[in-house]
Amino acid sequence: MNKTRHIAVNVNGDAFAAAVEPRLLLADFLRQTLGLTGTHVGCEHGVCGACTVLLDGDSVRSCLMFAVQADGRNVETVESLGSIGRMNALQQSFHEHHALQCGFCTPGMLMTATDLIRKYPLATDDDIREGLSGNLCRCTGYEHIVKAIRAVVGKSGDVR
Amino acid sequence: MKPASFDYIAADSLDTAIAALAAAGADAKIIAGGQSLVPMLNFRLLRPSILVDINRIPGLAFIVETDNDIRIGALTRHHLLEMSPVIARHLPVLSCAITHVAHLAIRNRGTIGGSLSHGDPAAELPMMALLLDGELHIASASGKRRVAARDFFLDALTVDLAGSDTVTEIALPKLPPQTGWGFEEVARRHGDFALAAVAATLTVSGGAIAQARIALTGVGATALRAAAAEALLVGHVLEPGLISRVIDAVRAAIEPETDLHASADYRRHLAGVLTGRALAAAWHRAAASAA
Repeated sequence: MNKTRHIAVNVNGDAFAAAVEPRLLLADFLRQTLGLTGTHVGCEHGVCGACTVLLDGDSVRSCLMFAVQADGRNVETVESLGSIGRMNALQQSFHEHHALQCGFCTPGMLMTATDLIRKYPLATDDDIREGLSGNLCRCTGYEHIVKAIRAVVGKSGDVR
Repeated sequence: MKPASFDYIAADSLDTAIAALAAAGADAKIIAGGQSLVPMLNFRLLRPSILVDINRIPGLAFIVETDNDIRIGALTRHHLLEMSPVIARHLPVLSCAITHVAHLAIRNRGTIGGSLSHGDPAAELPMMALLLDGELHIASASGKRRVAARDFFLDALTVDLAGSDTVTEIALPKLPPQTGWGFEEVARRHGDFALAAVAATLTVSGGAIAQARIALTGVGATALRAAAAEALLVGHVLEPGLISRVIDAVRAAIEPETDLHASADYRRHLAGVLTGRALAAAWHRAAASAA
């Protein structure tokens, strides 16, 4: 085992300090070291999108980064969006549009959608689909996820 | 899976990174965006003894316009290229190609230097470096050198880098006046690696093609230029007979492989169809820029 490094990471507004092995994935740091199990781990090679979090405001795969690389950075996980009874607008929209079935992909969908809404106009439903193409839902409930995001962004430019 | 154990250094300067690479020997790996490297580590296809992290080196991420070139720092993230007005103005074909690179979360992290150094045979950025006659700047313990993109990609995942070589930037000449471009890609899902992709530029002078460039990816061990096909275009007006001869030349120039995703025959067919579309788009844009 290679020697551990001391890191200081701000997660959801709280400062955390920890000693980590260099090979510890950011996803495992969040889940196992900090106990923030809202971030889900699916494929562990950047394909499924379930582990998406925000790093200094940009969506990233937390399975494709090491915790040591997050030293001094700000991380936001799904826990930052809201809580039961105090959901944010996007979470509320997912709830209202039945945009989750088993819920495994949901944290990644929410964090991806948060970044998509900030960065792109998402004028058409195809734009939303394209934006979500890196997040897999094995319940295949994409239609409702697109509708939930559409409702937050505004009226669709195309008719479906 | 989880990566095998490795040592780690967060380099604070290029010199520190190069010294660490030189000291560690062949067992060291640079980590930039990590979007191709970390999956290989997680699968334990790679077990480097040390990762040299260049993400904290200041001055490696930039997009700078000079008189003739656009200089792009190796650590420039794909999303920055995607949003850059300088790229959109002078290298619009690159702005288009970059939207086909994976997904936003990958583009937020992945870097141009990393993609070029990785040399994936189906990636878009090696194809862009070839299409645009890019020149890579490489630093190492023995000094600096420059390599033309056409000499850089040697085989699948194999490029002209060894020892402590570190790509620091790529210089891409601006498109000449009266140049149109086309970019066409087919992938099973948006953001997936290309089954085949073709990019072309046509520079028109006096109504005829003065310079033609055609680059392909996903159809061989590396991205490539179709030189024989390009030569057929020079001095002529783009018309259906010529397009079909160029398509034949492109299909003859490539050796695609059959894999899980597509057969060699399908990829060869696709490369021709996409070449026709890319040339038509480039011709149309060149005409529009001349008007």
